[in-house]
Amino acid sequence: MSATYLAAGGLIAFIAGYLLYSEFIARRVFRLDPGYRTPAHRLQDGIDYVPTNRFVLWGHHFTSVAGAAPIIGPAVAIIWGWGPAFAWVIVGTIFFAGVHDLGAIWTSVRHDARSIGSFTGDLVGKRAQNLLMIVIFLLLLMVNAVFAVAIAKSFINTPSSVLPAWSAIVVALILGQLIYRYRAGLLWPSLGGLAALYFFLYLGPAFPVSLPDHVLGLVPNAQWIIIMFAYAAIASMLPVWMLLQPRDYINGLQLFIGLGILYLSVFISNPEIVVPAFNQDPPEGTPPIFPLLFVTIACGAISGFHSLVGSGTTSKQINCETDARLVGYGGSVGEGLLALATIVVVTSGYTSLDEWKTVYTRFGDGGITAFVNGGAAIVSSGIGLSREFSATLLAVMAILFAGTTMDTGVRLQRYIVQEWGQDYGIPVLTNHVVATFIAVGTCMILAFGAGGSSGTGGMTIWPLFGTTNQLLAGLCLLVISLYLLKLGRPFWFTLLPMTFLLMTTILALFQQLGSLINEAKWVLVVMDTLILGAAIMIALEAIGAFLRKYRKAGSESEAKS
Amino acid sequence: MTKKQFIRRFLSQAQELASEFYTAPYRGTMAKAGQDEDDILMLFVFAELMGIPNPVAYQTLELQPLLLERFHSWHRRMGMSHSPLDHIRCC
Repeated sequence: MSATYLAAGGLIAFIAGYLLYSEFIARRVFRLDPGYRTPAHRLQDGIDYVPTNRFVLWGHHFTSVAGAAPIIGPAVAIIWGWGPAFAWVIVGTIFFAGVHDLGAIWTSVRHDARSIGSFTGDLVGKRAQNLLMIVIFLLLLMVNAVFAVAIAKSFINTPSSVLPAWSAIVVALILGQLIYRYRAGLLWPSLGGLAALYFFLYLGPAFPVSLPDHVLGLVPNAQWIIIMFAYAAIASMLPVWMLLQPRDYINGLQLFIGLGILYLSVFISNPEIVVPAFNQDPPEGTPPIFPLLFVTIACGAISGFHSLVGSGTTSKQINCETDARLVGYGGSVGEGLLALATIVVVTSGYTSLDEWKTVYTRFGDGGITAFVNGGAAIVSSGIGLSREFSATLLAVMAILFAGTTMDTGVRLQRYIVQEWGQDYGIPVLTNHVVATFIAVGTCMILAFGAGGSSGTGGMTIWPLFGTTNQLLAGLCLLVISLYLLKLGRPFWFTLLPMTFLLMTTILALFQQLGSLINEAKWVLVVMDTLILGAAIMIALEAIGAFLRKYRKAGSESEAKS
Repeated sequence: MTKKQFIRRFLSQAQELASEFYTAPYRGTMAKAGQDEDDILMLFVFAELMGIPNPVAYQTLELQPLLLERFHSWHRRMGMSHSPLDHIRCC
């Protein structure tokens, strides 16, 4: 089958989802009101609460939720064939992620744009709020570990990406100085920055960088992981305007350019899909598709991380309540587009099924490398860029996303550690350097414990990251459902996805626990147990809170009649 | 509209969108960082008035009228709901 059908079919489904389902949800369930005075107007302070153009806001929401994760997840999950991954990305984006993101923004807008953590306490209870903080911390821990491993692998598999990926930091530093110190307008510096970035991309293949085989007994993979964490530690201590802000901005531009190039190439080159819809003969050790598919693809189908973005920053800037539909639902459709592009290139970027099988030798393989190789083949035949340049371009795109996420992740973790230091009266924890060291140290233990040190661990930890992410999404959907119940609106459209998510997450955690014990990966066993505990408690909280609210609503309506 | 005007308008709109795209997500963080720096200055200027010995009071005295406008938001940020000074009645 031609990959164009897959891409076009997915696009049509997304458009239909946006035009029909999101319209239904916005009108009938959330009942978005154009006359409602949003917090951006009511609490306007020129700092956090600022009414912002909806297209700008959509761009932010989209670029901050779409990163390396919607590339890695689908590229790993394709091991079961393209059918399941495709179906889950489409159904997940339309019926799960869109509703979840839109709901998170709407609920937050109706609660003075507070963050999900803060109104969870009101709607569900204090216990659930504490659970949420634990889940967020675990999620950050996992995201940093998993992305360090992914970046290390990409640097080794695509040595041409090393130079451009690091020079992107220099470009960002210069851009930051120009804009902050010299108040330069944005248009020309950003065009110049992009030109410089593409110049380094062009140089990359000519100057590939590989680390020595052994330094202090460490293989290159382990060396890169240490370098990445050292970078993340330093970057997260710099003021945001210096590195994070310009990097985020350049990544945003890169995302739009990259997506454009990918879809254009697929439609021009019209490649054949070499992978069967259902892979009858997956490599040995591949876990069962149910429930693992639903946690392997988290971002790109539904991801709880979005609710943190949506309720933390986006909701404070919503100009008109009806904008939430474009920003929230449209943002997750954007992420779905990236996941769809990944599915297309990892299934059709190879010449034969046998070649594809040499990449996917076991579960957890593939990832960014499969995306880079498959994508490079399609981009070079589609728009005629050289294969090496295309591979470097795609690898750098994914590495930059992952790197920026690490910067943000370590920063947030440091805040949490510092907060603990304040709450429990341990002054040493409030120190910048100590807190950063603790944040980075825990992530590093996880990255090495997952088998990243030898580079053989693959992405064992990936599904575990997915479960945490889904758990957060489940919790957020619970909060939205409870709010809908409180208002006497239909809540099935958020409650059913929540039930499905919590169920698959708990099953997947049990399944993974078994296999991790068999493989004697004790660090991950501990993580799995922690997440499982949190998942079960959240499920109980959900049932309890719902029954309470339901009975209350029932008795109130009885009293009225 | 001439071609030149059209291009100029297009560029200025692109500029505006780009700068919104750049600044909007970090507005709060930047403002808070700015306040942190300001707070030290405010302390230098107003410390003596609140009974805290201040070696640079003489040098910062003439800044007082200039910073009066910011005094209200500063004492609120410092956790005092009303002005701690008798002669500055901002609230």
